[in-house]
Amino acid sequence: MALMTQTALDSTPATGSPLLKRGLAEMLKGGVIMDVVTAEQARIAEDAGAVAVMALERVPADIRAQGGVARMSDPDLIDQIVESVSIPVMAKARIGHFVEAQVLQELGVDYIDESEVLSPADYVNHIDKHSFTVPFVCGATNLGEALRRLAEGAAMIRSKGEAGTGDVSEATKHIRTIRKQIADLQATFRANPDELFVAAKELQAPYDIVREVAETGKLPVVLFTAGGVATPADAAMMMQLGADGVFVGSGIFKSGDPARRAEAIVAATAQYDDPAAIAQASRGLGEAMVGINVGDLPAPHRLAERGW
Amino acid sequence: MSILTTAPAPRIAVLALQGGVAEHVAMLESLGAEALVVRSPRSLAAAAADGLVLPGGESSTVDRLLRRFGMREPLIELLDGGLPVLGTCAGLITLAEVIRDPAPGQQSLGLIPMTVRRNAFGRQVDSATETLDSALGPVKAAFIRAPEVVSVRAGVEILARRGTGVDGDGPIVAVGTGQAIALSFHPELTGDTTFHGEFLRRVRAAKLDGVQGR
Repeated sequence: MALMTQTALDSTPATGSPLLKRGLAEMLKGGVIMDVVTAEQARIAEDAGAVAVMALERVPADIRAQGGVARMSDPDLIDQIVESVSIPVMAKARIGHFVEAQVLQELGVDYIDESEVLSPADYVNHIDKHSFTVPFVCGATNLGEALRRLAEGAAMIRSKGEAGTGDVSEATKHIRTIRKQIADLQATFRANPDELFVAAKELQAPYDIVREVAETGKLPVVLFTAGGVATPADAAMMMQLGADGVFVGSGIFKSGDPARRAEAIVAATAQYDDPAAIAQASRGLGEAMVGINVGDLPAPHRLAERGW
Repeated sequence: MSILTTAPAPRIAVLALQGGVAEHVAMLESLGAEALVVRSPRSLAAAAADGLVLPGGESSTVDRLLRRFGMREPLIELLDGGLPVLGTCAGLITLAEVIRDPAPGQQSLGLIPMTVRRNAFGRQVDSATETLDSALGPVKAAFIRAPEVVSVRAGVEILARRGTGVDGDGPIVAVGTGQAIALSFHPELTGDTTFHGEFLRRVRAAKLDGVQGR
């Protein structure tokens, strides 16, 4: 498993390499990726300074409220959103649904999110992401899950949080868990590198990737946070906890003044370590999304538990 | 960063509002410069930089944040004073005089008399690595949803084209003026130090001449 092999560089253009897939995510760092369900929302997101939009038929809060099987969006909707903005467009495929992924690649989306927010299509296998030219982002609740996704070819990881709730507590738990497990792995590498074999067994991830993370003390890809981010302070907290950027789903277009809130979350994400700037961004935003406390969700409705 | 060198390391401000900042910082430090990330007018002033790097990212986002945080005017002032600058990808767009296809309301700093086009080579599936036959020799380049320079005006030197030498007719992807270097691609991702090395050479020369603005 040669994850970070430098692609051969010559005068013939080469596409779809890990360097290019991961490279686009590097360019999104420090930014906010916003869920949008119409071309109009996509333009509002772009105007507010989003680094990318996620094209969806329903935001997670509505998927949660309406129930039923959630699938890839209609290609017409994705086309409209791709046409309406100049920033990158992402779209979601169901976990394991490699044909939805083939369709999304054909439509020219810039990133595919193999997402637990949609209903899984395969309860055993995720998509073999190496076989695509388009890059993938995948969710993770812990380091082992993140590394399994990397082994399958993911070029970007987002901590899952609990989408569609407006409750940031799960996002906090997942980013803290991933960061702590990386720190523990690095400590193991420094003290007792021979224990990394067992660490790989416990993480249920390939040894080579486990060793790479242990040596460098970070994931070899960009790590964003998602799930329940609803305010500028939520976004800044995720950044202070070590996220490279944030996904905001229902939190923007389920709020009272989406354009203003979107711009405020972008500003707070950029100046996440400046409380005065976050305070300024937090003023006069109108109502935040009402939300649901994660503790009130019955277990079958917890999306973060999808994926393995 | 050897303390044995006689001249102090050049101080390079790296604009860190959004995008691929860490890769530039690492490359600048590997070449003996001191990299200072700036994301506010205060940190920009405090850097007292000898040179400036505008990294890749989303140019529309960076423009919006430059204006919101009041950094556009101080940057223009520093550039008007002659501060050497290196821009990659979104940084190239930010330095251009004219953006042919801006996002609604998008502005640039207008330093380099050229016209650029965003996402000129297609979407992410068209992003590619390629070795360029540049004016400085072969350069390993990563093009990621990259812009191109559509046209240049007086005083702008073409430093690389895609698919041809600088005298060919390929799309222009690297340009220079006495003060600025702007690249469509990301040498900071491929690890090619050619242009960063040239930029630091110019910064050091400007510092010796004492011509750079403050």
